[in-house]
Amino acid sequence: MPIHEKSLIRPENLVEHEELVIDGIDVSGHWSTFIEGRSVCDYNENLQDEIEAMAGGEYISRCWQCGSCTNACTVNAINPDFNPRYWIYLIRLGMEEELVRDKDIIWQCVSCNKCTYACPREVNPEGVMKATAHWLELKGHTEKKPSMVFDEAFSEQVFETGKIEDGLVLRQFFSRTGQKLTQPWLVALVGGLIKRFPVFYLMRLGLSTVLRPRTSGWGRARAAINEYVEEREAANRKALGLDGKGAE
Amino acid sequence: MASKNKAVAYYPGCALEGTGHAYNRSTKAVGKALGLDLVELKNWNCCGAMEVKNIDPKIQTYLSARNLSIAEDMGYDTVMAPCNGCYHNLKKAEYDLENDEGSKQVNERLSSKAGHKTYEAGKVETIHALDWIKREIGDEELSRRVKKSLKGLKVANYYGCMYTRPRHIFPEKDKGPGSESTSKPHFMDEILAAAGAENVDYPLKTACCGGAHALSDSDTSTRLVLNLIETAEACGADVIATECPTCHTGLEMHQVRAEKVLGRKTKVKILYFTQLLGMALGLSPNTVGVQENFSDARELIKQKGLA
Repeated sequence: MPIHEKSLIRPENLVEHEELVIDGIDVSGHWSTFIEGRSVCDYNENLQDEIEAMAGGEYISRCWQCGSCTNACTVNAINPDFNPRYWIYLIRLGMEEELVRDKDIIWQCVSCNKCTYACPREVNPEGVMKATAHWLELKGHTEKKPSMVFDEAFSEQVFETGKIEDGLVLRQFFSRTGQKLTQPWLVALVGGLIKRFPVFYLMRLGLSTVLRPRTSGWGRARAAINEYVEEREAANRKALGLDGKGAE
Repeated sequence: MASKNKAVAYYPGCALEGTGHAYNRSTKAVGKALGLDLVELKNWNCCGAMEVKNIDPKIQTYLSARNLSIAEDMGYDTVMAPCNGCYHNLKKAEYDLENDEGSKQVNERLSSKAGHKTYEAGKVETIHALDWIKREIGDEELSRRVKKSLKGLKVANYYGCMYTRPRHIFPEKDKGPGSESTSKPHFMDEILAAAGAENVDYPLKTACCGGAHALSDSDTSTRLVLNLIETAEACGADVIATECPTCHTGLEMHQVRAEKVLGRKTKVKILYFTQLLGMALGLSPNTVGVQENFSDARELIKQKGLA
């Protein structure tokens, strides 16, 4: 059975008759469990092309479904629903609706590259995960996920100054995701350090706020990178057929 | 094999100027104690870590290419990066500039617009702090220089993801005896064994700590880290030795978070391998920045006679 057909046996696709007699035989209750008939006619024929157009998704068509990626996957080990092989399969078939069911977990890929290490076809499944997560956001299937908020806060700093200051990234990420900096575990973590070595810690905290690390003469690199980022964004939107529509 | 005591260009990276400051400090101190010259890259930039690639991987390639071109301009053919993230990204840029026409073009374009020389693959070799110590000193010489053996200290050697994966960006690995292995790395094991440590048989050397999502998906990271830590304890380790500021901070952070959020208290300490090596070479815990770690190992260090 092709793996996508496991979706046929989801509870909502199963029918059971409380009372049913066929040819004089009583098949009431679970004896009459049927899989509801289904025909798929909403394929997105461009789905694979769209993912291929996104950075990281370039080599998806090489996949021959061996499952090495899912077998090696760090996240799959703690959540069996996280299944790169299955998503690659859906994308290649164009089953957008099925893919979108997992919109809230695809972003959780931790980029450990175990899949890329194991893949015999150089599909770069890690890249496909990132391309797919990005695609879900651009298509408006999901809101911006926390990892993208973090990536943006981080990258903006790099593009702006050439370097990052990790305290600032942390503060920006917490404020953009509406989280408080006073979470008990964070307080315990920093508190322990301050108790041991207050002068050093406070000095560094103060210094990094006043003297933000930066690469000197970065202005031209900043302009070149920002120009390129804009071009890429436009290219992605064009590839996804989003020209002239709202981003999210 | 490089000639003895060759000066290498040193790329600390952003983390080593921030939360991973102790790694910076201990790497420099170990270099000094061993008589190895380190010259910091002038005016380097961030490598993009695990984040910029998700905006666009080719920008990340450019960021590393700029750093490599600085090393070249300074007249070095080797750059040493102790941070796994920086090391990984420099290696990946090297590979992409050699093999991917698109990355090469974007690098040319961004470099010329930014007004500096375009780095071409093959000019500068990137090595990790582990390679550096192995090459320049070697295990035998190292064991001769040990002043305070790590004897009796049980260590789980943790290498993380970016030091070995994906395989294709590390062409020098998996080349038989003497080379590093991508499936079962052993350079840190050998260095710390030379310093007298008792390495435990740790099965999760290259497992993931969830560092890329340490803050954005902290529940997943806590579960991954707790597994790393509890397994190290089950193996009898006193210390998890690290070689990456992202892993190191992730382990420290989520060890505390696991206790606060899940009520799972663990006691294994987290130290950079350079901190352990530095103390074995006779440096004081303060010199290698033990007091800067979130994970408070001072008691253990005293117990083991390393203070």
